[in-house]
Amino acid sequence: MQKEEHPLKKVCIICAKGTIEDVYATLVMANGAVMEGIETNVFFTFFGLDGITKKFMNSLKTGTVGNPAMRMPGGLPFPTLLGTLPGVEIGVSAMMRSQMEKLDIPPVSEFLEMIEAGGGEIYACKLAMDMFKLEKTDLWDGVKAVLTIGEFYEKCGGLQTQIIFT
Amino acid sequence: MSQKVFAGTTVDVNEEGYMTDSTQWTKEIAKEIATEENIDLTDKHLAVCEFLRDKQSKGENITIRSVGNSGIIDIKGFYQLFPGAPMKKAAKIAGIPKPASCV
Repeated sequence: MQKEEHPLKKVCIICAKGTIEDVYATLVMANGAVMEGIETNVFFTFFGLDGITKKFMNSLKTGTVGNPAMRMPGGLPFPTLLGTLPGVEIGVSAMMRSQMEKLDIPPVSEFLEMIEAGGGEIYACKLAMDMFKLEKTDLWDGVKAVLTIGEFYEKCGGLQTQIIFT
Repeated sequence: MSQKVFAGTTVDVNEEGYMTDSTQWTKEIAKEIATEENIDLTDKHLAVCEFLRDKQSKGENITIRSVGNSGIIDIKGFYQLFPGAPMKKAAKIAGIPKPASCV
């Protein structure tokens, strides 16, 4: 029997968390989809909105507390108590960003521009915007629209479409 | 490993159609691969291909961002030149392996 291939045609990616790694997971997957010629919609909601808020998008942080996968350079354990000290979160986050820059992973705003240049569309969640008292003008200029979840689902139709929650 | 004839020259390609020996590449071959990809090759396309070949030969990471910073074209223009999957198409036409980078 011949195996049928049904390549992805569209991905709809939802980002609900605002740490560096959550936002970048979304951006890498979105950009990767655009590069493959897959139609791409990205929906930022709750704390994920930081990823498209002008004031915060390029200085996202990683959580240094309660993350057992966090290790010191060299692989030694990273004690949670150390993560609570002032400045540690900023230092660790800066180190993550510099490591990404070495791999040619751009800052958030540039990454969003790359996704937009390839035809990917970026949306913000209306409910979360209301909750965090954000206006459209607070968001990155390339945000296509502020949508309700119902409106976002309308954009997720069609065969060979996947919704991904990062 | 299989072989394919482009512009009267036999070249080695893998199962996905990427050339496996980039030294066999010529502009004429590029033109014929481009035609298969429904692209009418222009000097701009070739400039991008040469840029990718150069990066490849130096063993540097090939990313879409580096193409955007190449001074040849911006990223939007790159998507327009190679519609659909720009990095893969450009690499195929440039006679280099499929890019192994995620960005």
